[in-house]
Amino acid sequence: MTEKALLRVTDITKSYAGVHALRGASFDLRAGEVHALVGENGAGKSTLIKIITGAVEADSGEIRLNGQAITHNSPRRARALGIAAIYQQPALFPELSVAENIAIGLEPGGLWRRINWRERRRRAAELLGQVGAKIDPSCDAADLTMPQQQLVEIARALGADARVLIMDEPTASLSEEDTQNLFKVIGRLRAQGVGIIYISHRLEELPLIADRVTVLRDGRTIDTRLMSEVNRQQLIQLMVGRELSAVFPKQTVPAGDVVLELRQLGCLETGVKRVSFTLRAGEILSLAGLVGAGRTELARTIFGLAPADEGTLLLRGEAVKIDSPRRAIEYGIAYLPEDRRRHGVVLDLSISANMTLAALNQLVRFGAMDFGRERQIAADYTQRLAIKTPAIFAPVATLSGGNQQKVALSRWLITKPSVLILDEPTQGIDVGAKSEIHALMSELAAQGAAILMISSELPEILGMSDRIGVMRGGTIVGMLNRAEASQQKILALALGHDQGLEA
Amino acid sequence: MKLSRYKRELAAALAYAVLLVLVAIVAPSFFSAANLRDLAINNAPALIIATGMTLVILVGEIDISVGSQFAVASVAAGWLAKSGMPIALVLLCVLLIGAAMGAVNGLLVGRLGLPSIIVTLAMLVAWRDGLRWITEGAWVQDLPADFQWFGLGQATAQALIILTALALLVGFSLGLRHLGAGRAVYAVGSDKEAARLAGIAPRRVVFSVFVVMGMLGGLAAMLNAVRFMSVPSNAGLGLELKAIAAVVVGGTLITGGRGRLVGTLIGAALLGTIGTALTFVGINPFWEKAIQGAIILAALVSDVALGRVEQHGRISLSRSKVS
Repeated sequence: MTEKALLRVTDITKSYAGVHALRGASFDLRAGEVHALVGENGAGKSTLIKIITGAVEADSGEIRLNGQAITHNSPRRARALGIAAIYQQPALFPELSVAENIAIGLEPGGLWRRINWRERRRRAAELLGQVGAKIDPSCDAADLTMPQQQLVEIARALGADARVLIMDEPTASLSEEDTQNLFKVIGRLRAQGVGIIYISHRLEELPLIADRVTVLRDGRTIDTRLMSEVNRQQLIQLMVGRELSAVFPKQTVPAGDVVLELRQLGCLETGVKRVSFTLRAGEILSLAGLVGAGRTELARTIFGLAPADEGTLLLRGEAVKIDSPRRAIEYGIAYLPEDRRRHGVVLDLSISANMTLAALNQLVRFGAMDFGRERQIAADYTQRLAIKTPAIFAPVATLSGGNQQKVALSRWLITKPSVLILDEPTQGIDVGAKSEIHALMSELAAQGAAILMISSELPEILGMSDRIGVMRGGTIVGMLNRAEASQQKILALALGHDQGLEA
Repeated sequence: MKLSRYKRELAAALAYAVLLVLVAIVAPSFFSAANLRDLAINNAPALIIATGMTLVILVGEIDISVGSQFAVASVAAGWLAKSGMPIALVLLCVLLIGAAMGAVNGLLVGRLGLPSIIVTLAMLVAWRDGLRWITEGAWVQDLPADFQWFGLGQATAQALIILTALALLVGFSLGLRHLGAGRAVYAVGSDKEAARLAGIAPRRVVFSVFVVMGMLGGLAAMLNAVRFMSVPSNAGLGLELKAIAAVVVGGTLITGGRGRLVGTLIGAALLGTIGTALTFVGINPFWEKAIQGAIILAALVSDVALGRVEQHGRISLSRSKVS
């Protein structure tokens, strides 16, 4: 049998520090085909394409191009083989001109080649023209807006004259007109026999351009279908798929007074706009949405990391201005950040020092640190949260992910916050620690804390929340009660397909 | 060509022009041919080092060991010459010694990925104190007659040294702009990961830049040593600061990816002239360092101010990944 596939990816696995990103992803791409890749956040799409482009090395599995296995893949090798990519995060050089950004990596010749600047600018203008972008090739990339950066990325990928072109969320920040232009370009490339891998959360785009679609879930290929044979609902079903596996220890607590209220809150810097909601004591409110929907940005705005410049924030009915995390802590707000290892804990410091970091002023006696109290508090929380460690003086780096997260959480519990913001509190930690953290959340709510949780895991959101705010494009597009919420409804809102499903 | 692209270089040039005009009014004798030649010859070695430093900073690294490398290369030049080696061969050996010292930095920073400020701080101490241990502080005396001025006579050799420094600056300037290797330096300094994704090997580029820095350091040491009757074992003290200051004052971004050698030339000229100029104007030369410091700060502040103006109302490419 002759190989029909242009690119065949078989059983790719990849794990980062023990967390599986891919557990066996396979699909094939034919010449002249647009093949869509869809899946929830964390399903492994971006990792998979990084492996194909050689940016990341796979643990196991095989990639074949025209039947030939690609070994020792690297960005340089992939490019030489005719694989080009547009990454989700634009990989541009801010200090260099647009023309140079497009040219780098495309020009033939080694390090001693002569740069032909005129030709660079001409080619850049030509490629930008093809995608319909009106951008001066000689301006710096740093001066471009987000959509313009995206267009430059697309022009650069076009210039590669690739056989396999990978596009990771190319339309994420594009206007309707630019998107239509892009689709025309994709149509032309397909006619020329280029194989295109197209990743998008905008499911409504897919029937317009894709021939086939592969669904990834939890790092595995679930199914590959002809695009004409699936509809949106079926795709969402395939993407979500899993059962509610764990039983969540959610206690029902009568909601207390309104603790936090946002009225049309916005922040230009982070793109959060017109967010309004109330949060009561004893309540767990979750924010759901896709990566980039503005959930973390909203948390950062409430916590004063990216202060709001529009709207009002009320604490217990009083309008307050939170312009720094210090102010937020004074008002009784705590924020457990998403990136535990970078922002949640200080890896080289001991457990006790990590725990008391946000409450140092409570530990000062006669102008000096009271280390006795620190030890006492640390021992107390280590016991209460069942942190598995030989000593409270051990550096946090020696703990497992789940126990690190408990230390991070203790730091905020010590401040006795009235509003607790938890950003992906159980991401990348083992099942046992996960349910302990869930139990703790429930207990805190029962004691009267108001909890705002951000999570990308729909079962966790459904299992733990009283209400769910779904975010898209920096704002809350829907608020669901515990009783009415379902995975499908949340995903539909997050993707912007709420029409038709609501009825 | 857009003039706004050169605004940082123009700012430094303007500051230099103001200084020269002031000196011209107060002390026109500053512009005597002899004084200008002295200034040029005194600053030529530092300019060569600053040329290399520009590459290092453009690629996003720093090298504070250049002063110590300079001392090692100077003493080596003296010893080799005393051993009876022909002067051309001495020059070649010193270049190789410089390249080897640069390669040590390059391997530790480029290959192992260690932070360049710490690596080169360690090398600054290691080379300097290693040299002190070996020489026991003694200068290299009784150099052969053909060592001084390469046996060419003072006037010819001086012209040669100044021209070499300028030719290198022009050559590297053209290479940075018009060769693939030059653009790779900018790309790596602008964003290492983006460079890797574009098929550039950032580690190799960083390694090569350190080797070039070392070679230029060796050359500068040689050109400096031939000016004197003996080679001091403590040559090049503070040279790293002089070079870094010239680069920064010349408008190169300290985090890499942006800058030009023409700026470094202006920066080196400004900082190299100020001390002598002060003497001519009648200000106590003890103020030299303080004023140099003020100029460096002014350059950084104006850079931030220019950056602010640029970004006003635009969305900048953010390097911090907040999602």
